[in-house]
Amino acid sequence: MNKPLRRVAVFCGLLVLALLVRVNYVQFVQADQLSNDPHNRRVAINQYAQPRGNIIVDGKAVTGHTETNGSDFKYKRTYTDGPMWAPVTGHASQAYGTTMLEGVEDKFLTGNDDRLFFNRTIDLLTGKQRQGGNVVTTLNAKAQKAAFDGLGDKKGAVVALDPRTGAVLAMASTPSYDPSGIAGYSTTDEKNWIALDKKNDPNDPSLNRALRQTYPPGSTFKLVTAAAALETGKVTDINAKTTSPDPYTLPGTTTPLVNEGHLQCKDASLRNALRQSCNTVFGNLGANIGLKGMVDEAEKFGFNKEQTIPVRADASNFDTKMSPDQVALSSIGQFDTAATPLQMAMVASAIANNGVLMQPYEVDKLVAPNLSTISQTDPQKMSQPLSPENAQKLQSMMETVVTDGTGKNAKIPGVRVGGKTGTAQHGVNNDKAPYAWFVSYAMTDQGSPVAVAVVVEDGSANRDDISGGGLAAPIAKSVMEAVLNK
Amino acid sequence: MSASNTTTITSIGAPNRRNTELALLVFAVAIPVFAYANVGLAKNGSVPAGLLGYGVGLGLLATVTHLLVRKFAPYADPLMLPIATLLNGLGLVLIWRLDQEPSLGSAMAPKQLMWSTFGVVLFVLVLVLVKDHRILQRYTYISMVLALVLLVLPVFFPPVYGARIWISLPGIGSLQPGEFAKIIITVFFAGYLMVKRDALALASRRVMGLYLPRGRDLGPILVIWAVSLLILVFETDLGTSLLFFGLFVIMLYVATERTSWIVFGLLLSSAGAVAVASSEPHVKIRVQDWLHPLALQNGAVTETAQARYAFGSGGLFGSGLGQGYSRLIHGIAPKSDYILATVGEELGLAGLMAVLLLYGLLIERGIRTALAARDPFGKLLAIGLSGGFALQVFVVAGGVTGLIPLTGMTMPFMAQGGSSVIANWALVAILLRISDTARRPAPSPAPSPDAEATQVVRNQ
Repeated sequence: MNKPLRRVAVFCGLLVLALLVRVNYVQFVQADQLSNDPHNRRVAINQYAQPRGNIIVDGKAVTGHTETNGSDFKYKRTYTDGPMWAPVTGHASQAYGTTMLEGVEDKFLTGNDDRLFFNRTIDLLTGKQRQGGNVVTTLNAKAQKAAFDGLGDKKGAVVALDPRTGAVLAMASTPSYDPSGIAGYSTTDEKNWIALDKKNDPNDPSLNRALRQTYPPGSTFKLVTAAAALETGKVTDINAKTTSPDPYTLPGTTTPLVNEGHLQCKDASLRNALRQSCNTVFGNLGANIGLKGMVDEAEKFGFNKEQTIPVRADASNFDTKMSPDQVALSSIGQFDTAATPLQMAMVASAIANNGVLMQPYEVDKLVAPNLSTISQTDPQKMSQPLSPENAQKLQSMMETVVTDGTGKNAKIPGVRVGGKTGTAQHGVNNDKAPYAWFVSYAMTDQGSPVAVAVVVEDGSANRDDISGGGLAAPIAKSVMEAVLNK
Repeated sequence: MSASNTTTITSIGAPNRRNTELALLVFAVAIPVFAYANVGLAKNGSVPAGLLGYGVGLGLLATVTHLLVRKFAPYADPLMLPIATLLNGLGLVLIWRLDQEPSLGSAMAPKQLMWSTFGVVLFVLVLVLVKDHRILQRYTYISMVLALVLLVLPVFFPPVYGARIWISLPGIGSLQPGEFAKIIITVFFAGYLMVKRDALALASRRVMGLYLPRGRDLGPILVIWAVSLLILVFETDLGTSLLFFGLFVIMLYVATERTSWIVFGLLLSSAGAVAVASSEPHVKIRVQDWLHPLALQNGAVTETAQARYAFGSGGLFGSGLGQGYSRLIHGIAPKSDYILATVGEELGLAGLMAVLLLYGLLIERGIRTALAARDPFGKLLAIGLSGGFALQVFVVAGGVTGLIPLTGMTMPFMAQGGSSVIANWALVAILLRISDTARRPAPSPAPSPDAEATQVVRNQ
């Protein structure tokens, strides 16, 4: 009877072996995946087991924490001026996860980042509670307030950059929400969360329009077309007459392209065309530059690529396969062309920075709980869409727009301000309220300290090109003034 | 050739290893006591108030048991008692640890301690009363009836969590008669097969290359098996049916030495498994959970997923006792079926492997006892008990870790549940009794001439 007994013994041995292999698989091979699974509540519990580090603007924290009782989570996030800073901070919610900087820098804020290993070990040895690191942003509190207050009840977004470095100075999006209201795990938080849902609030307040919404850029895109015209050599003298018919028939079609209002656009010089925002001139220019030239220039400005600042920004779109008439339409910001407010701020900042586009970023440095700097962002050149000479020509044209064109509302006494208005129509037969755009920069002796893009979604019934100047330009002006400290 | 290995009898005065057992028992008591202190320090920052009582109680229980083994089964295997004590002690600590989580309901540890004590008492009673395991052979058919009655009983009680495996006795609580039936039916199989094994093995017809026994030999056992299986399917207790089935196949195979039984058994079991899995909604859900362990159910994380997260979060070394979150496995059974998840999370892969190896070692000692036993009844009984134990461990641990679909069974000794712990102490007592007989120096009870003759023939 012993032979089968031995075989049964081997069989039982195999059963135990199978179990051992299995637990090794689950607890070793799969361990990382399982322990970091978003549905694994331990992830959230650990996230909130110690006070989160703060997000800091101008030396002051815009975030905080309180202790909570009666749940798995020990600490809850709080926000100062939550709605104003929401597009920057995002939310860190015990129930609903993290977004924006709270999400991207989550590991650092919770103290779980590998770079904080040394601090953690010291805390462990000295018996101190683990602390999260702080995220110091590049934002400018005054500019942010100007942007947020300027938008007010309107629906829209503002992005301001420092053209010299790419640092984000302001990033506002309205209507906004208070992330404090959804930071916890209570029924109130749940109610607030449900109310924020796009299905329940068509205004979608939790959407960060500055980074995650693309709009047809309308006439503001003419800056890119003008840059392409200068760079490809189609136009060398911005004050010389161009050969531009008015009305202009889109190539390969019988559709005429017209200008808004009664403008003197026939054969207008580039400067004059930009000042009046002539569709015919820029449509014709775009078609002459051709698809490749337009795509190359647009992509040098950052189109067709997601930006990481380090929060992800949606890619702006300039189609890479189009017929000549579509190229013409795209060159005046219509057809499929779409841009985030960040993208248009990048366009203005590249022009203002003498043609050099700096990589936009909103995190200046990461600071450990013991206040030592763990990492510092160095400004980086992203591309050069324009030569310095051409950039200066374009600056001069943009300044004419403000002094003598559609952007007069952005004038700041004693400061060189360049800008461009835009009104993008959308909807079937343009029946929806247009988007009012304004992109601009201010120039000082030390170069340009600020470039702004403003978009206001429900620009009143006024459909002419002025609405960009009327609605958006004053907001841009106050943001620039805040940065210039006027 | 293998005859020398099958028995540990060497010469007169062979060491009985009782001192080894005593030394191991010291560890088996010390480890849970330390674990207990560890939980208290982790959860409340202080050594639990009951530590001394618990330590002394466990120590006393172990000492008394050890002394009785010394007296009544002096040659018994020295490893089984310490392993069972350690597993039971750790189980108690883990249940007490889970009692510290208010979300998991009322405290279970004191009750479990009481049941464990009953278990040890039964262990002692078996050792004292059953002087020789062959006495059990007399009760072959009584065992059969008793096992069937125990299996049928729960049908008359309302189902608990989808399975009719409980009987509730007012004032005492609920019992799982299946746990006891497991041992009793093994006694029946062993007794019956010992008598019929030659008929089953030799008087067979060859069908398609397989030797099939005559109906009259096979009939009764097949009927018992089918009835027990039907009852279990009706009670929707898949784990126990699987256990009984495996037990049955293993014992038939050992008794007849016919490989055809394995084929036959595997065919029957896969047919049964498919039939049950496709008809029983209760089982269907389990299979779905197994295939998609992390899938959400109505937007919520399932128990299966929670258990998996517990294992995964434990990693190599675990969070430390009392510092994990296995309470997140809400549902019905964090203290019973899912207790291994707590082991995995708080003691880590290292701790879980150690626990599984303890079970493996216990199984190995049981099979060694079967090999060493000198009578076929003892061999069959020992292999039945240890094989069944192995299957149970595999089915539970495999189910909780996701190797196989989850079935409602409890981890022997560790999991909360009175019937289980009592029955398993009795199981260990029988195995100790068999090993005592097997390892006893030669002359004492004259070995059955039948057994000797059989062995010589078989081992040529």
